[in-house]
Amino acid sequence: MIGIIDYGAGNTASVENVLIQLQQDYRIVKTESDVMNCEKLILPGVGEASYAIKRLNMNNLINFLRVTKKLVLGICLGMQLLCEKSEEGNAKCLGIIPCDARKFQGNIKIPHMGWNSIQIKSKSKLMEGIDSESYFYFAHSYYVPLNEYTTVTVDYSTQISAVVQKDNYFGVQFHPEKSGENGIKLIKNFIELC
Amino acid sequence: MITKRIIPCLDIKDGRVVKGINFINLKDSGSAIELASSYYDNGADELVFLDISATEEKRKTLITLVKGIAKQIRIPFTVGGGITELQDIDELLKAGADKVSLNSAIVKNPTLIDEAARRFGSQAIVAAIDIKKIDDSEIVFIRGGKEMTDKNASEWCKEVEQRGAGEILLTSMDKDGTKSGYNLTFMKELNKNISVPLIASGGAGTMYHFLEAFIEANVEACLAASLFHNQEIKISELKKYLKQNGVNVRL
Repeated sequence: MIGIIDYGAGNTASVENVLIQLQQDYRIVKTESDVMNCEKLILPGVGEASYAIKRLNMNNLINFLRVTKKLVLGICLGMQLLCEKSEEGNAKCLGIIPCDARKFQGNIKIPHMGWNSIQIKSKSKLMEGIDSESYFYFAHSYYVPLNEYTTVTVDYSTQISAVVQKDNYFGVQFHPEKSGENGIKLIKNFIELC
Repeated sequence: MITKRIIPCLDIKDGRVVKGINFINLKDSGSAIELASSYYDNGADELVFLDISATEEKRKTLITLVKGIAKQIRIPFTVGGGITELQDIDELLKAGADKVSLNSAIVKNPTLIDEAARRFGSQAIVAAIDIKKIDDSEIVFIRGGKEMTDKNASEWCKEVEQRGAGEILLTSMDKDGTKSGYNLTFMKELNKNISVPLIASGGAGTMYHFLEAFIEANVEACLAASLFHNQEIKISELKKYLKQNGVNVRL
């Protein structure tokens, strides 16, 4: 059973649609007791970091997410929430990935919006069958800097993390649920291979 | 490298596509879902749906339609038309839309942008701005171009950005339907002064028009409607042409 964590900010419909397409059992989960019955968890993310953390906290999910051994896939904001902190709303996050999510700066269009090509730095089951330079859809104003857990990068005036992976935690900055066939493959990999 | 985007726009009335539909191989030429799937298969980067029905009852039809579209396609899409409050936005995003476009409502009530961006994130909020040249300046029009406002287009674009809109969809009414090319003069100037992505709309008639919008005005995306619906230009061929001419697109 896959659990899609609904914390009131994220739009869960698009992730649900991919799981339906892949004929996966899933449920929308909100609380600690809900998530216990799931083997894998998806933390989708659309919205604002401090609000998201507040909502996860209200549902007693912060500590659970910090210590769980279940596989967790954070998408977009869901990936940034894996960091120590986010500059967005100065939010204290889950502290899995030892760096802070930062706001884009400089002479570039913000948000980073649209299809961008990714570069695979180290092989992983999550990216199996997906080539370097494949396109994924991005829509974000904050980013996770390169760090020791970065496995895939993307260039938007500077190199940033497109995918991070640490133990049972995975984070993707792009939206696999909106990235055509490559995105479907990534979600399938998370479910079947990771 | 980030790619330039091609965005077909579909007008929706009572849950069905209207205007300029001449698509072959579709069982139901008015089916928005079938048309959306066809664009998805053909390499569109995103889609925009503009609802031109107005009543409450028909809005429910729109939500059902958005759910159907989200089930079918795996690229982002924007829904606009008649959105006036946060509740509308919430329902559309929950149904599976990625962004909403706001037009007349934000001119009448600019704080709607601030509130919507805070709640749903800037990436979900597109400011749709219709402009027309009056004397020597570009002026903002609302209600589908029927009503002139006192807003200067450049200033309004800056304001929507500052309030938190994540993109600007700019339609030149003077150019719309003329097939004489996008309003490059204005967009070129504007794009130097804004830091959110700019989507050009109104006036595309040839592949070259897309090329010059990307190269001369450096816009992030180009939108067109009937040109694609009538299959005068196929998206896959357009993108090949752009690539050959040095524009980075997703093939």
